[in-house]
Amino acid sequence: MRRSVFALAVCAAASVSVATAQQITAAGATFPAPIYQKWFNDYHNMHGDVQINYQSIGSGAGIQQLTAGTVDFGASDMPMTDQQIAGLKVHPLHFPTVLGAVVPTYNIPGITGDLKFGGETLADIYLGKIKKWNDPALMKDNPGVKLPDDDIVVVHRGDASGTTFIWTDFLSKVSPEWKSKVGANSAVSWPVGLGGKGNEGVSGTVKQTPGSIGYVELFYVIRNKMPYGSVKNSAGTYVKASLESVTAAAAGAAKAMPADFRVSITNAPGKNAYPISSFTWMLIPSKVADANKEKTIKAFLQWMLTDGQKMTEALDYAQLPKEVVAKETKQIAQIQ
Amino acid sequence: MATKAAVLPATAVRRTTPTGDIFARWVVLFFAALVLLITVLLAFELWVGSEPTRHRLGWSFLTSSAWDPVSLKFGAWPFIYGTVVTSVLALLISVPLGLGAAIFLAELAPASISSALTFLIELLAAIPSVIFGLLAIFTLVPLMRSYGEPFLKKTLGFLPFFQGPAFGFGYLTAGLILAVMTFPFIISVSRESLLAVPRDQREAALALGATRWEMTWQVVVPYARLGIVGSIFLGLARALGETMAVTMVIGNDPAVHASLLAPGYSIAAVIANEFTEATGDVYPAALVELGLVLFCLTIIINALARLMIIATTSKGSKRP
Repeated sequence: MRRSVFALAVCAAASVSVATAQQITAAGATFPAPIYQKWFNDYHNMHGDVQINYQSIGSGAGIQQLTAGTVDFGASDMPMTDQQIAGLKVHPLHFPTVLGAVVPTYNIPGITGDLKFGGETLADIYLGKIKKWNDPALMKDNPGVKLPDDDIVVVHRGDASGTTFIWTDFLSKVSPEWKSKVGANSAVSWPVGLGGKGNEGVSGTVKQTPGSIGYVELFYVIRNKMPYGSVKNSAGTYVKASLESVTAAAAGAAKAMPADFRVSITNAPGKNAYPISSFTWMLIPSKVADANKEKTIKAFLQWMLTDGQKMTEALDYAQLPKEVVAKETKQIAQIQ
Repeated sequence: MATKAAVLPATAVRRTTPTGDIFARWVVLFFAALVLLITVLLAFELWVGSEPTRHRLGWSFLTSSAWDPVSLKFGAWPFIYGTVVTSVLALLISVPLGLGAAIFLAELAPASISSALTFLIELLAAIPSVIFGLLAIFTLVPLMRSYGEPFLKKTLGFLPFFQGPAFGFGYLTAGLILAVMTFPFIISVSRESLLAVPRDQREAALALGATRWEMTWQVVVPYARLGIVGSIFLGLARALGETMAVTMVIGNDPAVHASLLAPGYSIAAVIANEFTEATGDVYPAALVELGLVLFCLTIIINALARLMIIATTSKGSKRP
């Protein structure tokens, strides 16, 4: 009796170990984590033997894990720098996955409509040069709106994040003073303002503080029904962030896209382009040791670029424009 | 009747320690050494991990106010200032209130109320600090911004400590929430120390004609001095290292401001906020060096506490 139970257990264990074929680990950016989790979940439901495990620990930490070799691929809101790429044993391929946008959100008692912000105005607010809401620059951007004589409370991110990179990258492009004084990075030395932790921290602080302005990801303001303003793009139009205007920004930048997809699309050309948009990337090593893993990753990427893109809008992420998808599909072949 | 027990020699005094005792001594020695070893390893790791910035910046790290991850200029002074200011503020508020509550619970309250209240206060110590942080953001910050800070500005606005815009976030709110978190430690340990004062001390004071208050303040509390000071330093240790509650309300601004109403930063808060995304060599090393600074700060404060206790107890008092 005991022997047969033992034999049964061994058979069960063997069958289970055959069934769990592919375990793939990934780590990185927090911004796309919701859509990634949905993709990995749905992919697992479609292909029961593939389990992709994603940890949203932050872009920088994701790159560190990829360099240390503890994950199979990484994810980042910022393209890797040459220095970071040099630190990897295997050259990484950047695959843009979805588009994100960063919007200025505000809390001004008495103002219910949408405000318009010029790029330089935003830079001067964050530099501390514009201190009150009824400053001439803001009045020029918003003719006819009665702005109060209140102090502007600036809110920024206290923790490092891709969101900050996108925001500061845009400010560096529209304001030479910002570029020389502060620069663009996932964490910078802010001239003024309160720091909040995460999108939640910034939006919470803005909601609680009258007269404040902050920057958060688009999907966050949509979900939490917060007021956000439109921003002047490089063509001079004030564009409000939406899935269409973000995709327009990527399409505008697609023509000049470098082959390795490491590009910033802030302040992109195009009449309807939203100027504070960005790709977020999956960082896939160009050589995968395990042939099985390589096949699975390639199959997943193919699925992500076709069926996966259809799921993005439901979660308030903008999908990639067709031109970019076509270029990426060719890059999949480079994985060996 | 002869027993079957082992026959002891005529000098039936044990001259050798039993093996059980030897074994027990080595085991507990090992545990103590382990704790010491972990502390030494911790200090060693902090030292080694901060090497890139120690080499690059030297002592100027402690005095500089820059914090620029882009151009790799780091300075610890705003964080040291914020940590010390919020902790001192927390103690200034919680020590008088905590000691007063402990005296009430130990001396004046009936036993049933005393034990029930003590139980509730010790529950307060078990609440995770994130909960305090959430409480602070949703209730304390709006209260401070709308009522507390404007009131302070109106009445004490001539002092440089209470000037500037009232955000709600800042050193003052962080100090307040830290005070709430250090209360339970001060109250429970002080109460225990006060209860441990022998009855004959109290009765002697009363017999000599002291009032209830004079007995408490001039006999009982000095007698329990060691325990009370110990509880204060326990509370201070918690305040110095407190991360989540502080980062949620201090405003996260790496600059030094004289006004308590202004936003600031603390060492624990900046490490928690920035460590996961700190890339490269110098940036994480700067954060590790901040950890080393906090470690040394804690050691210095504890050493000062010890010295203070030695100084005050050796002044002719008969008690050890």
